[in-house]
Formats: sequence, C-alpha cells, structure tokens
Amino acid sequence: MLSQLLISGFLMGLIFSLVAVGLTLIWGVVEIVNFAHGAFLMLGMYATYWLYRLLSIDPLFALPICTILLFFVGIVTYRLMIRRVLTAPMVAQIFSTFGLMVFLENMAHFLWSSDYRLIKEPLVHGRLEVFGLFISKPQLVAAAGAMVATGLVYWFVTRTQTGRALQATAEDKEAAALMGINSDRMFALAWGIGGACAGAAGVLLANFYFIFPKVGDIFNLTAFVVVALGGFGSIPGAFIAGIIIGLVQVLGGHLVAPAFKSVIVFIIYLVVVIARPQGLFGKF
Amino acid sequence: MLRVDRIRVCYDDIPALHEVSFEIEEGQIVSIVGSNGAGKSTILKTISGLLHPVAGQIEFAGTRIDRSPPYEIVRMGIAHVPEGRRIFSRLSVVENLYLGAYTRKSDEEKAETLEQIFRLFPILEERRNQRAGTLSGGEQQMLAIARALMSRPKLLMLDEPSLGLMPILVSKVFDTLKQIHEEGITILLVEQNVREALELADRAYVLMTGNIVLQGTGEELLETDLVRQAYLGM
Ligand SMILES: Nc1ncnc2c1ncn2[C@@H]1O[C@H](COP(=O)(O)OP(=O)(O)O)[C@@H](O)[C@H]1O
Ligand SMILES: [Mg+2]
Repeated sequence: MLSQLLISGFLMGLIFSLVAVGLTLIWGVVEIVNFAHGAFLMLGMYATYWLYRLLSIDPLFALPICTILLFFVGIVTYRLMIRRVLTAPMVAQIFSTFGLMVFLENMAHFLWSSDYRLIKEPLVHGRLEVFGLFISKPQLVAAAGAMVATGLVYWFVTRTQTGRALQATAEDKEAAALMGINSDRMFALAWGIGGACAGAAGVLLANFYFIFPKVGDIFNLTAFVVVALGGFGSIPGAFIAGIIIGLVQVLGGHLVAPAFKSVIVFIIYLVVVIARPQGLFGKF
Repeated sequence: MLRVDRIRVCYDDIPALHEVSFEIEEGQIVSIVGSNGAGKSTILKTISGLLHPVAGQIEFAGTRIDRSPPYEIVRMGIAHVPEGRRIFSRLSVVENLYLGAYTRKSDEEKAETLEQIFRLFPILEERRNQRAGTLSGGEQQMLAIARALMSRPKLLMLDEPSLGLMPILVSKVFDTLKQIHEEGITILLVEQNVREALELADRAYVLMTGNIVLQGTGEELLETDLVRQAYLGM
C-alpha cells in the first residue's frame, strides 16, 4: 500500500516539476510571478480535449501541437501585456497576471461550460503490474514525458548559447544588454518556454485527469510551493522539489487525512519561506 | 570616431549630465576623471545605449547612436566594461567569454578571438571551466575586460577598472590596457584613479557634477592646479 502510494506520488511529482519549471523560469528571467500559469495548463488540457473530440487526435499526438500552441500563448501574453507592466509597481504586475488567470478561467467557463470532462479512450490506458504494484499507464507516460520535457528545458538553458543568454539576463539584465543580448527577446522567450511547460503538462495530464475551467488552480498553488521550495529561478530545484511535494501530498493524504494534503504542502511552504527563503537551491 | 555633443542625461528628471561634449579620435586613449557621483558612469551608459540623452547627440563612425538600443551599439563596435565588473557569476569563465561574443556569427572566428584572449590573460585559460563567481577580484576584472574584447570592439570603454583592486593589480590592469591599445583598439577610460588615468591618456577630461570643467592632454592636466589640488592632494 505504501509503495503504491509512493509510486503514484513520485509520478505526480514529476508533473508538478514540469509545471514549476515553467513558473520558475519566468520568475528567474522576467521577475514576474505568473498567476495565470495554471490557466495556461488548463488551456493545454482543453486544447488536447478538443483536438481529441473534434479531430480524433490522441493526446499523445496532441503533445507537440499543444506545446507549441502554449509557447505562443506565452509569447503573446508577454507582448501584449507583460511588456507594458515591466517597470510598473509589483502590485500592478500581480494584478495583471492574476487578472489574466481570472479572464482565462471565465473564458473557459463561458465557452466550454463548467462540466468536468474526461478523455474517455486515450491510446494509452489501463495499468501495468510490476512486482505486485499497479501503475497507471497514462500516469507513467505523463511522468516520463514530464521528465523528458524538464530535461530538455534544462539542457536548453545550460547548453545552448541562447539558453546562456537567458541565464545572463536572469542574473544581470544590464550586463547582458552590454553583451548585445536583446532582453526583450529573452523575456518573450522565457514566457514562451514557461507557457510551453504548462501546456505540455496540461496535455500529459489530460490523458487521465478531469478537465474543467478551474483545474489549473490546484496546479498553480502546488507550483508556487514547489518553486519556493526549490529556490526561485532554479530548474534543478524545481525538479527535486516537485518530486518532494508529490511524495508529501500522497503520504500526508494517507497518514493524516486526504483533506489535509494541501494543508501539509502549505505548512512546508511556510516553513521554507521562513527558514530558508532562498529555497533548496540557488538560481538555475 | 566618437563625438558626444552637448548631451544632457537625467534620472527621473534630475539631470546627472548637463551639457557634456567630447570627442575621441581613432587610436587614442581618452580618460575622463572625476570623483564619486560626478557622472562618469552615466556618460558610459549613455554611449552604450543603456540610457538615452534628453538633449544633444552622440555619433559613432558618422552614425547617430543616441536612440539605439545597446545590442545595436555593441554590434557597431562599442564594448562597455561596466563598473563593478558585473560578470555572470553562475556561469563558467568560458561561458562568460562566449556571451561577450554574442553578437558575432562565425564560431571559428570566435574561437580564434578566444585564443588571442587566452594569450593576453593566461589565468583565464587556466580557470576556463571554473564558475566566474569563484574568481578573485583581480581575475574577475580581467574576465570582464576579456569578455568585452570578445565582441572585437573598435572602441573599448572601461568604467573604473581599478576599483577595489590592490595596487599591484591596479598597475597590472593599466599595463593590460596599454597592450590592448597597442593592438589598435581605441580606449575610453573612466577613473577616480586620477594619476594613472591621466598618465595613460592621450586626451583627458575632468568631470565635476555633470559638467566637463577641464580638458587637454593627460600631461597638461597633470600640471593644472585643479587636478593637483582636488585629485592628487598636492
Ligand atoms: N539609477 C540612478 N537613479 C537615480 N540617480 C542616479 C542613478 N545613477 C546615478 N545617479 C545619480 O547621477 C549622478 C551621477 O552618477 P554616476 O554617473 O554613477 O557617477 P560616477 O560614475 O561618476 O560616480 C549621481 O548624483 C548619482 O546619484
Ligand atoms: Mg561610476
């Protein structure tokens, strides 16, 4: 029973990691908290759902399409909105991304109603039995996909010249500008990658998770805790912290009571913010 | 090569430079000296496009650049070593150097420049894979200069490169500048270290609260009462 829980917590944790990587990247480079991050994930889920319903495209094949779609949603968000509040007070920045979240959730509600939807017969379904443990195949695929996506982002940021320019911008925007790096482009790119992470996570989740307008809220909150725990701006931090939070949630839910699993996550959040505000790791 | 013509630069409507003009000819070393808060950094930031003047203009190689963003100015051949080094501490030495060549296309040419730079700064080659943040202050200054050189600039601007360095390292930095100058790079140096900066300069300016109050060759300025009393304590 316990190992069963640990496995499912671990798998879920990898998805938390991916969501948080997007959030932490946007924060690290642009220094704006994207409250609409969960709403991006929700858009990824609905995009997957409608591709499945209307065009019979399986979530597995929707993955690249929706990831690219959300990449552009991120870029457009930056171009149309974030760019205008870059030098505005923090409160204005918070209101703008928070407002975007409310807008997107209401739009989803209006366009697609508040019904809970589920992709009924995805290509990947059923479960595996390994050493007497049952592992849901969609969850396994989602976790593996999330891990690969997280790895790709990390590879991009640390191993390519553009990725290093992102890091340079994150550390010192002015010095990066003196290298000839166009910070406006880096900001747009960070939003694009951030959106793509949320979108990819949405697609992977759509294989087995209910889809509804406010589905992003749960992941939004978890992602904030993961980012705080992993260290604002740190990708490896988000990766490790995502797994920790995934495990803590299932264990907490099991050992205390299911209703308490979010409470436990938030206790961790408070402890981290008070005791180790820089998180487990530094930036990147 | 560079012509700064009566620029006025403000921070939130408060002027930091009033009406500053000076010129740099190709191949010169030009120094601007002045005490803390005189506006030295503001001049360099305005030339490199981090700030824009509210009046006046700046021309580089015959083109107006005072409205251009920094990335275009770097491309035109101006590199700026900022005050306080500002290296990317979490990146390795060699990653910092390659970011200096961000605007350049050819990988082969970049590698060639890197080799030249390692010849000028052997210590950086030794530390090439080390995190830049772990370097000593002097090494970080070398890295900041080397990083700027990676863009193959025509004009290299340095903001107080000797700041916070031990005297022995200060003369090392100035020796390095001479070497760089011998390679044909024009230099604009901003310093509080007045004696060294004036000794090195072909042409020099004294800046006080946002105005140029004195100009001449480095030697001439070293002889003036103002410089001797206000900056050399004589
Ligand atoms: N970011 C800023 N915001 C407001 N005022 C500034 C800023 N930077 C510099 N100043 C002011 O502009 C003046 C010139 O500063 P600076 O160019 O940094 O001088 P220096 O480099 O000669 O020490 C100073 O009075 C300083 O207080
Ligand atoms: Mg200064």
